[in-house]
Amino acid sequence: MTEPAPQLVTHNGRTLAPAPSDSPLAITGMTVSYGEKPVLFSVDFVTPAGSMVAIVGPNGAGKSTLIKAALGIVPRVSGEVTAFGRPYIEVRHRIAYVPQRASVDWEFPATALDVVIMGLYREIGFLRFAGRRHRQKALECLERVGMASFAHRQIGQLSGGQQQRVFLARALAQDADLYIMDEPFAGVDAATERAIVSVLKDLNAQGRTVICVHHDLSTVRDYFDQVLLLNVRRIAAGPVATTFTAENLQATYGGRLAATQVEALASTVTPANAS
Amino acid sequence: MSSEFVQLSLVPMLIGTLASVTCALVGNFLVLRRQSLIGDAVAHVALPGIVGAFLVTGTLAASAMLIGAALAAIIAVLLIELIRKIGKVEPGAAMGVVFTTLFAAGVLLLERTDTSKVHLDVEHALYGNLESLIWLAGESWSSLADPAALAELPAQLPRLAIVLLVIAGFITIFWKELVISTFDAAFAESIGARPGLTSYALIVMVAVAAVAAFDAVGSIIVIAMFICPPAAARLMTDRMGPQMAWSVLFAVLSAVLGYVLAGYGPLWLGARSSVSAAGMIATVSGLILFSCCLFGPRRRGVKIAANQA
Repeated sequence: MTEPAPQLVTHNGRTLAPAPSDSPLAITGMTVSYGEKPVLFSVDFVTPAGSMVAIVGPNGAGKSTLIKAALGIVPRVSGEVTAFGRPYIEVRHRIAYVPQRASVDWEFPATALDVVIMGLYREIGFLRFAGRRHRQKALECLERVGMASFAHRQIGQLSGGQQQRVFLARALAQDADLYIMDEPFAGVDAATERAIVSVLKDLNAQGRTVICVHHDLSTVRDYFDQVLLLNVRRIAAGPVATTFTAENLQATYGGRLAATQVEALASTVTPANAS
Repeated sequence: MSSEFVQLSLVPMLIGTLASVTCALVGNFLVLRRQSLIGDAVAHVALPGIVGAFLVTGTLAASAMLIGAALAAIIAVLLIELIRKIGKVEPGAAMGVVFTTLFAAGVLLLERTDTSKVHLDVEHALYGNLESLIWLAGESWSSLADPAALAELPAQLPRLAIVLLVIAGFITIFWKELVISTFDAAFAESIGARPGLTSYALIVMVAVAAVAAFDAVGSIIVIAMFICPPAAARLMTDRMGPQMAWSVLFAVLSAVLGYVLAGYGPLWLGARSSVSAAGMIATVSGLILFSCCLFGPRRRGVKIAANQA
């Protein structure tokens, strides 16, 4: 139960900035492997409080695994994770996790409202069932993502974008301080993407921290202010303006991203995160 | 007729119904988790567990049987995980190998064991003996109020009633955990709903249901009780609570209808003897599932039409 004192963390010869004890998610020296092959190797990442972070990297870079290992969903070989300066288990009520949409079976017999009520699990409490108050709160969360009129639709009958919004509404119901989302924009329509970005920016404006695994390099500058470039190892991390550079992208993606593409991405887009 | 019914049919019918409902309740979660075969696997490994418990204790006491079968189920689940990880084979293959091997071992063990003094043999283990669970003391309906007659009830009846209560209680208490971890295990883990523990507890409940139903229907037909009513119920509704209710209704319907058809159906058709009640119960539950596939309001084709409307 000791509060980790701010100190210089030395890892693999690198000296990191002192981890602020209130960082919503601080990962130190995290290694994860499936079988004998390491998926993540000695990754350090300290999330600045109140930031909007994109985790970017090629397929198989370990982006989803980073999140899952940090949250204890997959086991770590080594590494330390703290959330808000405490072990994750003690503060899980302050964290909302949104898995990849494709990771669940949408044929499940549940309505959109049923799924959002799952986000109230801790609030409802052991041996109790959702009451009118919980249904009302879940409905408000659906309203915030523009899905209130679909509350009683079976989830399999929703489009991909609508399903993603239901997932976001479930996270909103958790009323967390840290939102961790795995590819929230994968396979969604443009209207859904705008709706999700607007909700995430609102959350961020309220001082909450948002971390997204993100695939679309062209929107990183528009949506996020911090970026973690990942390819099994941490390639670079920091403010988008200084970190999301051609050099770093080339190092992250290697030959998989044409040099011209990298140049275009890193130079043409103007930093738009001042708003 | 009426007194004969109480003596010969009432209790087997009740036992069949309780077994069917018990299995259907846990079966809902198995079907939604795409783990229907786990029910089959657990029902099969119950046999070596029961024979093992008999070898150790020398009796067929219910508690020993339940503990033996639950242990066997846990061992089987661990073995399946082990083979899946070390052998790098798909879960279905690991499951198939483990449960057939353990079941075969159970059959061999049973053959080599002197069970002549107790009611345990291979045929019984496979198909059950629902018809033999008669209530000789139940001479008429008034026997239901006679403590002396009630004491003569086959032990399977109160045993199944208790198991049904335990399983219904388990599902009620851990409803949120079961539903959330069935739908989205990663999310369940992140909020502390313990999906790993929940699925082990579910498997133990499946084992308990399988053992309790074992006497009534044997280890082959119990799989129909786990899968058919829930699978049919899914085609009737799009919500979890109503699905549970439909599955219970279908379980009762297949048990009662199956028993009546097996006992009296062949006579109506002019045949001289009745057919296996357990077999008929499974057949009826299969027919219910088939009808729901054709006419259920929530089957796939209907869903697409509703979407376009």
